[in-house]
Parts: sequence; C-alpha cells; structure tokens
Amino acid sequence: MNVLIILIPVSIILGGLGLCGFLWTLRSGQYDDAAGSAARLLLDDEEPCDE
Amino acid sequence: MTMVAACPGCAAAPMALKHAENHAAPALVLSLPTIHCAACIGKVERKLNALPQVDTARVNLSLKQLSVHGADVDADTIVAQLKSIGYEAYPLDATLLETRQDTVGRNLMVRLAVAGFAMMNVMLFSVAIWSGASDTTRELFHLISATISLPAVLYCGQPFFASAWSALRVRGLNMDVPISLAILLATGMSLFEVMNGGAHAYFDAALSLTFFLLIGRYLDHHTRSSVRSAAKELAALEVRTAQRIENGEAVKTPVSELAVGDRLLIPSGVRVPVDGTLDSTQAISDRSFLTGESAAITLAQGQQVQAGEINLGAPFEMTATAVGDDTTLRRVATLVEMAENSRNSYTNLADRAARIYAPAVHLLAFISFLAWVWINGDVRHALNIAVAVLIITCPCALGLAVPAVATAAIGRLYSMGFLVKSGTALERLAEVDIAIFDKTGTLTLAGANARLDSLTSQQAAIVKGLAQASDHPVSRALVAALPTAVAAPLTDIAEVGGSGMQALYKGQTVQLGRGDWIGASFNGLGLKVGDDPAIALPLRETPREGVEAALNGLRDLGVPSQILSGDKQDAVSALALQLGVKDIQAEISATDKHAYLSKLQHEGHHVVMVGDGLNDTAALAAAHASVAPSSALDASRNAADVVMLRESLDGFPLLIRIARSTSQLSKQNFAIAAGYNAIAIPVALLGYATPLLAAIAMSASSITVIANAMRVRFIK
Repeated sequence: MNVLIILIPVSIILGGLGLCGFLWTLRSGQYDDAAGSAARLLLDDEEPCDE
Repeated sequence: MTMVAACPGCAAAPMALKHAENHAAPALVLSLPTIHCAACIGKVERKLNALPQVDTARVNLSLKQLSVHGADVDADTIVAQLKSIGYEAYPLDATLLETRQDTVGRNLMVRLAVAGFAMMNVMLFSVAIWSGASDTTRELFHLISATISLPAVLYCGQPFFASAWSALRVRGLNMDVPISLAILLATGMSLFEVMNGGAHAYFDAALSLTFFLLIGRYLDHHTRSSVRSAAKELAALEVRTAQRIENGEAVKTPVSELAVGDRLLIPSGVRVPVDGTLDSTQAISDRSFLTGESAAITLAQGQQVQAGEINLGAPFEMTATAVGDDTTLRRVATLVEMAENSRNSYTNLADRAARIYAPAVHLLAFISFLAWVWINGDVRHALNIAVAVLIITCPCALGLAVPAVATAAIGRLYSMGFLVKSGTALERLAEVDIAIFDKTGTLTLAGANARLDSLTSQQAAIVKGLAQASDHPVSRALVAALPTAVAAPLTDIAEVGGSGMQALYKGQTVQLGRGDWIGASFNGLGLKVGDDPAIALPLRETPREGVEAALNGLRDLGVPSQILSGDKQDAVSALALQLGVKDIQAEISATDKHAYLSKLQHEGHHVVMVGDGLNDTAALAAAHASVAPSSALDASRNAADVVMLRESLDGFPLLIRIARSTSQLSKQNFAIAAGYNAIAIPVALLGYATPLLAAIAMSASSITVIANAMRVRFIK
C-alpha cells in the first residue's frame, strides 16, 4: 500500500496540470468562436509549408 | 531563419493565439449575415488582409461578425470590398456592442472547471471507500478528500452563497438558500465526521452538487448573454448617420450630432432620422409606422416630416426642427416604455416551483432531525440524516431542468431565425390562444404589385412609359410588373403632384393616376388614353412570404388569427379575404389596438401580438407575448419578446410548437426529479441513505433531465 504515497500526489498533480491547461485555454479566448475554429481546420494555409 | 512547420496545425495554432490575444478594440466591427463555412472565412480574411490599410481582419463565425484592426480603415471601403466577393456586410455601432469580454461567463466557467476537477479526484477516493477501504486507509482518503473539497466548495459555491445571502438579507427565500445550506452542511458535517473517524463523508456529494448546479447556472447565463448580445447587434445595425448639407455638400454625420436647424439630404429608401420641415418642393413618404396606412403620402414644401418615415420617392432636403429624444418618435417610444408592462408581474415556472419547494425542503429536513432526536436521542445521527435529506432533495432539477431546456430551445430557434429576447418568452408563447397581426409591414411588405394581364400591348407600353418617368412607389411597382413591355415614345411628360402622370402620345393626351383625376367612375389607379373610357389598374399589396402557411399552421394549433390595422377598411378586407382571416378591425388607432387587446386578455385569452410599427408598440408591450419582424422600428423591437430575423413567416407555427414543448419538457423534468425524490426521500428519512446512494440519485437525475431537455432539438 506504500505505493499510494507516491501515486496519490502524482495523480492529483496530473489532474491539476489538466485544470491549469484548461484555464489557460479559457483565458486566451480559445472558446470565443467555437464554430469558426472548427471551420478553420479546413482552410488552406496562406503559404503552403515546404517539407 | 524560416520556421518549417511539420503540420498545418502547428503553423495555425500560434497564429490563432496571436489573433485571440489581440485584445485591442477593433477599428471596425461588421455584421456578415451570409457567412457560414470555412471557405467564406478564407475568402473574406484573405481579401481584407491583402488591403494595405488593414492590419488584421478576423471573422467570428459563431457571431457572424468581422473585426477589422487597422489605423485608418473606412467602413464604406470594406463593405464595397466584401460586396465585390459576394458578401453582404453591415457596419455595427461598436459602442453599442458588448465591448468588454463576458467576464461573468468566464468566471462561472473557471468555477465549473475547478468543481469538475475536485469532484473527479474526490470521487476516485470515494469509490475506493465504497468498495471497502477501511481503517487507516479510509481515514487517509477522507482526509485527502477534505483537503481538496474544503477550498473547492468555498470557491466554487460562491455564486450560490452570494445569491442566497442577498435573499436572506431581505428575509426572503430563493432556490439558492436550500442549495447553499445543503452544500455547506454536507461539507461541515463530513468534516466533523472525518475528525471523529466516522464512516460516512459526503464530500463527493457536496462537490457534485456544486458541479451540476454550476452547469445549470452557466447554461442560464450563456442563454441570456447570447440573446442579449444578439439584441444589441440588432440595435447596433440601425443606421446612425445622416447626410447633413454643409456649404452645399452632403456630409455624412452621426445622427447624435445633428442639431435643430441643420439641413439634411434624405436619399431614397432611407428612414428620416429627425423631425423637420420639407425644403424640397415635394416628397413621397411612407408613414405606415405611425398610422398603419399602406398608401404613400405626398408632402409639399414646408410640411412636417417625422422621424421614422421612409422616403419612397426621389431624394429630398429638409430642415431639422427636433432632434434626439425630442422627436415625436422617441417621445412616443419613451411613453410606451414607461407604461405599465403587464409582463413584469409574470413569474416563471422555476420561480413558481421554488416558492413551494424551498420551504418544504427545509421543513422536511428539520422535522427529520427532530424526529430522530426524539426517537433515539443521538444528535449526531439525527444531524447526519437531516443532511442526507437536504442533499437528496437539493433542487438539482430546478437548477438544471429549466435552463437546459431553455438553452436548447433558444439555440434551435436562433438557427431558425427567431431571436428570443426575454427569458420567460417561451413559457408565455406556449400559453397563447389568439394571434393578432398588424397588416402593413407585418403581413405585407412595402410596395404594391399590380394586375396588368388585361392590358393590350399598346396600353402596357404607355403605362410603362408614363411610370418610368416617375419616382412614385406605385410607378415603380408598375414598371416592375411590366418587365417585357417596351416603353412607348411619349412627349411633354409631366407629373401632377398627388394625382398622377400626364403626357402626349401620338397627339393624344394619356393619363395615369387617381380615378377621380382622370375622370373615371372608380377610385383606384387608372389609365386614360385620349377619349377612350378609363381602364382600372387594380393594385394589390405584396403579402410577406409564407403568410398563408403561417396562418394555416396557427389554425391547426388552435390559435385563430385576427388582423388589427390602421389602414383603410377595403385594403384590410382585401388581404383578409385573400388569407382567409375572418376577424378584422380596420382604421383603428394605437390606443384602440391596445384597448382591444386588453379587453381580450381580461376575457381570459392569452394573446400573441405580431407587429412592427409605432402604432403597434403599446399593443406589443401589453400582449401576453409579442413578436416583431427585424424590419420593425427600434421601439417595437424593444417591446417585443421575439424578433423574426428572416423575411418569411412560415416558421411561425414552429415557434409556437417549440415554445409549447419547451414548457412541457420543463414540466416533465420537474416530474422526473420529483420521481427520484419520491424514492430517495423515504430512504433518507429512515436513515438508510449512504453517500453512495446520494451520489447515484443526484447524478442519475441530473443526467436524465439534461438528456430529456435535448429532445427539444427534434421537434418538427
């Protein structure tokens, strides 16, 4: 059961990272235009990237 | 060094961020009603970003808006550029739009995310405890749960605590009082149990309660704010500039800067911005917003022109005599806004339910506490049971059921072109049993169409020749009705003010105009060639598209239609006959409309009023529910609950059907929640409610009501 002492903090920290990530996306306005973001995926790049 | 991106996404993501973080206020915001896909976004942005004066142009597809950043961008250039690639664009008055970001919504979302995170973590420990963790392991898990829950509950529950406190301060009760009490008591009780090594802790229940209720709160806020911003966009669309004549030249000036004595040029087809007197020798104007009369009126020099009239003829000049809030239009609109609004007293379904529910829940929990103290004298056990009762009866359904249905319904209606402005509008629309329509501008569109099949080709040629020479709306309708005729060669064409057109054709006098002027026996429009008897040219109004479908659909729903109009009796009867409407009232004033409507409502009817003019505004405000087309005046749109964004009326019966099912689904959701309670409350009262049972009951009822709410999307 000693493994819990490591696993519990690890799982909470991972979850916390996810939460921070979500808050960051929220603050940078990435949910402001959900329909537009979905549609932009289909747009061609202005300058096609060269491999 | 050039950056080589491995995939398009890698290149697009930083770009998107750069745009998203560009928080500076845009120089220009335009409404683009016709954009709908990725190709549209690409075309618009590529076109505008190529312009030298534009820094960035960014389309928001959800709002159908375009923000342009740049030092000196000019609305007219951008509109012209967009028109050249086939998109309609309308500049919006940026000061009227929500400039600051939706901080309340974002705040709720952050709380929701924190609650979700905490709930999931605590739930993991709870599952371990339910599946048999005991002794020190259980105590450790309880302790960790407490560490996560306490700050999370205190932070995430604030919207409920604040609302509950404001109700308690004025000695009232609202839905948030039992919610806050349940959350706080559950957390406090669990904390006490953990300190004393007890078996049951309700941390997961307190958090999931907060989480589900925050979803409801967020949906509610989202619906309201999106509706509000759509309504604001509508207001921002109004043309706020006028052409002021300065040193003989027309200069575009904001309407707010006009002063008494300014001379203005009013182009064809434009609403007059201020009250004034006519300077040109003649003007043809549409005053139907005030009177409901469909026929255009002819004004002579020096006569009064009122704000809100539409110039139907050639451009004219006027001098302003009253501006801003002093215009007749604003004065009447303000009076209507101040007048008693029958709907302010309407209590929505959730509030009505809350009034019964909140005291009942508290009483039940308190009684169970007293009963258990009396039965076995164990205060701790009794308190435990009271908390379980509070958690299980906590009004998840009330907090979630109504917002979930309303959000789904309002979203669906918006995509169909109905802008629902008021939160309780759908509930009120569901109750209507009579529909009253205004005629001019609501059932019919501006402009007439003529029946000209009986004319010979020579007569048609003369009519076209005469009509072409005039700017009068009737003449324009005649020209439009004769697309194939070749105009006859006429000489000495003259317009006789208020009467008609006159010319010479092969030496004969030809006249087109009012029946009494050309010496005919009828009153309407006629044509006279030489000494031949006059020929009548019957004019009809153009009904709005989908009117018949709408009226038939309403009849099938058991909502009979009536027409109330300020127009002449024969014009109203003709349309009513065409549409099969029996109940009509013609030539009635704004006050009569209001009085008639109030009479119907006193008789116990629930009336939906559909109208667009200033003469409808009082009736719109007094009706149980009201609808205005988007072409309506500002004042009418403000008074209406629902604004129709599309020209066609055929979706109207569906609006009523969706409203009815919305209120039905909300009631169903209450029933579902009550069903869960009916099973869970006795269990809790008897002391058999475990944290596991509370969690299952709560999640299951919340998910069921959300799923049930989604059914509103499939109503046909």
